[in-house]
Parts: sequence; structure tokens; C-alpha cells
Amino acid sequence: MTLALDIFTLVAVAAGSFFFMAGTVGLLRFPDTMTRLHALTKVDNLGLGLIVVGLFPRAEGFLGALKLLSVWIFVQLSGAIVSQLIAHVARRGGRRT
Amino acid sequence: MAMANFLLGAAGFVLAMVALGLLSVFRGPSDADRMLSAQLIGTGGVSVLLLLAVATEIPSIADVALMLALLAPFAAVAFLRDASSARIKSPNATDRA
Repeated sequence: MTLALDIFTLVAVAAGSFFFMAGTVGLLRFPDTMTRLHALTKVDNLGLGLIVVGLFPRAEGFLGALKLLSVWIFVQLSGAIVSQLIAHVARRGGRRT
Repeated sequence: MAMANFLLGAAGFVLAMVALGLLSVFRGPSDADRMLSAQLIGTGGVSVLLLLAVATEIPSIADVALMLALLAPFAAVAFLRDASSARIKSPNATDRA
């Protein structure tokens, strides 16, 4: 049982790290602001979610797991709002420096 | 013990990806792209802190992650305020002046 949970943690955390790498590659390689926004907001939130899910078996009891989950939900909410607002500025053609 | 080392390695990997994403602060080209990499610090930093909290078995680091998740949107809100006030002051926006 412990071995199964360890393998679950290994797989989920490795997948989350992979998605963070994908997000960074997208941010550096995609051609315009909208596609970069797309790459970053989806992929990074998925990476954080997978890492949080992978850490669940090693959390300290139910409350520890609940705190991990609440951090993730909070990042989801603020990330969703902020990405919409940044897209609004980018679409209007924000200042170029 | 091996699991703690794996989680520390994953934290280092995600941190390296966040640092690589900071290259887009230099490259731009628009302010929105620079803001995106600041958002990347928010998501990536939260995952690094959560991984460290579990790997080092210091649960209070999870509180630091919650704090970072709370403060990351404020940077974006400051950016958006600046962007919208620049639009109001620009000569094209006579209807708002």
C-alpha cells in the first residue's frame, strides 16, 4: 500500500514538473502574446494541480491535505481572473517598450 | 528518505524552469508578456514551496505558499491599474479625458 502511494506520488509530481517545463517552453517559443498566455495559464495550473495531487498521500492528516487543496483552488481562482485581465490589456495593444 | 530527495529534486527542477521563464522579462516584446513571467513566478513559486514543505517535513512552509498565492495577484492588479491609467491619459482617449 505504501509502495503504491509512493509510486502515485512519483508519477504525479514528475508529470507536474513536466508540465511546468512545457509551460516555460511555450512562453519562450510561441509566436504572439495570446498564444503565450494560453500556454502559461493552462499548463502551469495543470502542473501545480498534479504536484498538489501527488503530495496528498504525504500530507499531514486531513487538514494538511485540505490546506494543499485550498492553496491550489486559490491559485486557480486568482489565475483565471488575472489571465482574463492580462488578455484584455494585450488585446487592446498595451504599451510597447 | 529517497522520496524526500526526489521531492527536493523536483522542486529544484521547477525552480530552474521558472528561472528560464524569466528570460521573457528581457525579451518582451510587450508589457503583457513581461507580466506573464511574473505570473509564472506565482504558480511555480507556490509549487516549489509546497514541494519543500513536504520534502523537509516543515508544514509551515505551506503557509508561505499560501501567502505567495495571495500576493501574486496584487502584482498583476498593479500592472493593470498602470495600463488602464496610461490609456486614459493618452491623447487618443479624448472621451475619457
